[in-house]
Amino acid sequence: MLVQILFYVFSSVLIVSALGVITARNPVHSALSLVLAFFSSAALWLLIEAEFLAIVLVLVYVGAVMVLFLFVVMMLDIKVEQVRQGVSRYAWLGWLTAAVIIAQMLSVFWFRGLGVDATVGVPPSPINHSNTRELGEVLYTQYVYPFELAAVILLVAIVAAITLTLRRRPGLKQQDVAAQVAVRREERVHLVKITPTKRKASPSDEAISS
Amino acid sequence: MITLQHMLSISSVLFALSIAGIFINRKNVILLLMCIELMLLAVNFSFVSFSRFLGNLDGQVFVFFVLTVAAAESAIGLAILVILFRERRSINVEDLDTLKG
Amino acid sequence: MNPNILLAIPLAPLLAAVISGLFGRQIGRIGAHLLTISGVGVAFVLSVKVALQLINGDVSVFNHSIYTWLVSDAVHMEVGFLIDQLSVLMMCVVTFVSLCVHIYTIGYMQDDPGYQRFFSYISLFTFAMLMLVMSNNFMQLFFGWEAVGVVSYLLIGFWYTRPSAIFANMKAFIVNRVGDFGFLLGIAGVFFYTNSLDYQEAFALAPKIAQASLYIPGSWLGGGWDVSAITLICICLFIGAMGKSAQVPLHVWLPDSMEGPTPISALIHAATMVTAGIFMVARCSPLFEHSETALSFVLVVGATTALFMGFLGVINNDIKRVVAYSTLSQLGYMTVALGVSAYSAAIFHLMTHAFFKALLFLAAGSVIIGMHHEQDMRKMGGLFRFMPITAITCWIGALALIGTPFFSGFYSKDIIIEAVGESHRWGASYAYVCVLIGVFVTALYTFRMIFMTFHGAPRWQQQEQHTQHAHGDLHAGVPHESPWVVTLPLILLAIPSIAIGFLTIQPILFNDYFVQSISVLDANDVVGALAYHFDGPLRFAVAGFLHLPFWLALAGVLSAWYVFLHKPTVSTAFSIALAPFRTVLENKYYFDWFNDTVLSSGVRRFGRILWKGGDETIIDDGLVNGLANFVGFCALQLRRFQTGFLYSYAFWMVIGLAIMLGLFLR
Repeated sequence: MLVQILFYVFSSVLIVSALGVITARNPVHSALSLVLAFFSSAALWLLIEAEFLAIVLVLVYVGAVMVLFLFVVMMLDIKVEQVRQGVSRYAWLGWLTAAVIIAQMLSVFWFRGLGVDATVGVPPSPINHSNTRELGEVLYTQYVYPFELAAVILLVAIVAAITLTLRRRPGLKQQDVAAQVAVRREERVHLVKITPTKRKASPSDEAISS
Repeated sequence: MITLQHMLSISSVLFALSIAGIFINRKNVILLLMCIELMLLAVNFSFVSFSRFLGNLDGQVFVFFVLTVAAAESAIGLAILVILFRERRSINVEDLDTLKG
Repeated sequence: MNPNILLAIPLAPLLAAVISGLFGRQIGRIGAHLLTISGVGVAFVLSVKVALQLINGDVSVFNHSIYTWLVSDAVHMEVGFLIDQLSVLMMCVVTFVSLCVHIYTIGYMQDDPGYQRFFSYISLFTFAMLMLVMSNNFMQLFFGWEAVGVVSYLLIGFWYTRPSAIFANMKAFIVNRVGDFGFLLGIAGVFFYTNSLDYQEAFALAPKIAQASLYIPGSWLGGGWDVSAITLICICLFIGAMGKSAQVPLHVWLPDSMEGPTPISALIHAATMVTAGIFMVARCSPLFEHSETALSFVLVVGATTALFMGFLGVINNDIKRVVAYSTLSQLGYMTVALGVSAYSAAIFHLMTHAFFKALLFLAAGSVIIGMHHEQDMRKMGGLFRFMPITAITCWIGALALIGTPFFSGFYSKDIIIEAVGESHRWGASYAYVCVLIGVFVTALYTFRMIFMTFHGAPRWQQQEQHTQHAHGDLHAGVPHESPWVVTLPLILLAIPSIAIGFLTIQPILFNDYFVQSISVLDANDVVGALAYHFDGPLRFAVAGFLHLPFWLALAGVLSAWYVFLHKPTVSTAFSIALAPFRTVLENKYYFDWFNDTVLSSGVRRFGRILWKGGDETIIDDGLVNGLANFVGFCALQLRRFQTGFLYSYAFWMVIGLAIMLGLFLR
């Protein structure tokens, strides 16, 4: 009973926050709503005992991705009014499509059947069950190769993001390490042979020496 | 009792809302990206639900990968966005029409 | 019969025509006329030889194909000869008249720069006409038919720098197109029902066609008529004959064709080509015999032509045109004979007419030479003294034309009149009245021409003296007799004009001469009925003095003498009294007016509607540009989807997704 109440509470929060994401006038509010949506879905996942992914969702999304979003949104200094212009022109179409898709999917889930019995609850887990351990066992055995690939993808993403945003500002003084290392002696030292001259007593010489 | 139907309904509503979000916020690239995140969340939602209700862990493993790729995607997407903004001083989609003939 | 001899008959003139046409400059004037005359001479001699062989029974009728031009499924297009009594008669007439005209041309065209060209054309014409009459199938008949048409066109426009000649040859060409279209339909009909173009095979199936009927749909709503196939075919074929033989209402081109040089007026537009229609109908007699309706049509058209074209001759002042209208009228007589199933009489009249009409034309040409190319009879008169040979031969031709007993024209024309009198076909009584009045009219206009040209006070003197002053030309002035090359053909033609009827009426008409060529049903055999009364050409002629036609002709001659020679004032009085009729006649019954203002402008308007409405609006604007505009419009609409914005593509993807989902859930 408590679970059901929690489910309805979190799912309401989830849907409302999702609505907030798409309707908020300010991108910062959107991003914050998205954070809320992620939180509530993490909670829902917890309810169906998918603990690891729930935690990962919070850590990775809320902790990393959404912070990045907020960071970018705030950094870019977007003029909200200008961006929101002409929003409503196709909005009806969006709502209509959304309604159609919801109707279609709900009709499938509730009236058609999926080939499985969708009306039962979650099979209860054993007492000493650990979702994380279970997932880890699969991930590092069966899915170890895709896992490595995922790591590579992340690496590529890091490199790409850095490369994309890296820029040279004109007029900025920098070291050119390669040039410094590649320098040769002849470019820096110039030996000049100077013939010594006999000293003569003259007013101009005196002026120089003094 | 939470059933698969409930979970999938939430997922579909989430998905449909994100689609509506793409329509509504069509001018703003950041919001589009956020809607895509929302859409991925909806998909992940159904993955997790199926995985749990059918007792198959593969779905959760897939969600893991989706999360990874989504993180990478948003990182690169935001990076591109930053460059775009730097170049054009705007993230309005209508200004990004170099594809237009 | 040796096919090589038969081949030589048409090919000799063709060879001469090709050589003198292509190498006229090399062979010179004398070379050209010697070559073509010898070509036609060879054809004439061989024709006579073949004719004599056939008539004496030395050889039988020749009917073979010489050369297969092409075979397309069931259609055999062949070159072949059918040499029977009908063809040899035509061959002899054609080659003889052609020979005379060739000789005459030497004199008539001596100053013309197109001398070799002219000889080439008339030789080519001889070839085409021979191919036409010798043919044993409809295909070759049509070839000859069109070939003579082409040469006729070329010759009417021989003096191609004269606008009137160009107009006349265009007119002849277009009017003949109308007729030829009908002819082609007729041939197509024959082929449709018999599956053969060969005369013999097609005629053998004529009774079968007579049974068939063709359904002509009346409208889209249904309704229509069952038309007897044979009637339709025969009328179509006869429409071809109407074009070629200048029957009302397709006669309009013939008077204008007098723009051509006189020799070809004699050869093509009087003696031979225009009789091709008569020949064709006679040749197709096995078909025509089965259609009472078509023959009545032929009869009425012929009778109308015979009478009403004669009237036009009375008021015309151009000597050649008078003769041309007389040709029309005489062609009408032949057509009438065809209409009453007296095919042999028609062919007989064709033959006699060829001689005396060629004679009249050549005589008219001689007068024109003598008068220094003056054709208006009002400026002639009293020429008998100056051109005796021409005048006498012309008199002979005129007497033959009006049907004076013992002259050739008498026999053929009287037989036709009597045959019409015998016939009980629908329209025969109308035709009888027409041909009887026609006799009077013929005599009237013929002797009006004779009297105005050769007799009475000279009216050229004052005119000529005036021109003499103007030109300072010593030759102009006194009319002179033509050279021997002109008078020789006149004399050559005068002989058969007098004698041929007397000599040949018995063998040709009453001795089953045409029994193999022309088929007449017993019920229609008016000539056979006349044979009971016929007892020799001499008594026939003597009896002719007591018949109505003779007195009518005499009355015509006397009135011509009284009105035009004795008291010219009477003619003026008449023309005032009969002014309305005269107006109608001067406008040639308004045929040209009708053709110009109703037909051609109607056709032009129709063409304009098709052009503006059909071509420009529907095809150009509607189909061609319309399709392009439609595509452009569609593209314009589609282009709105191609915004270049990613989000719009995403929209459509999503909408498509929703639709697909709907389809799966259906």
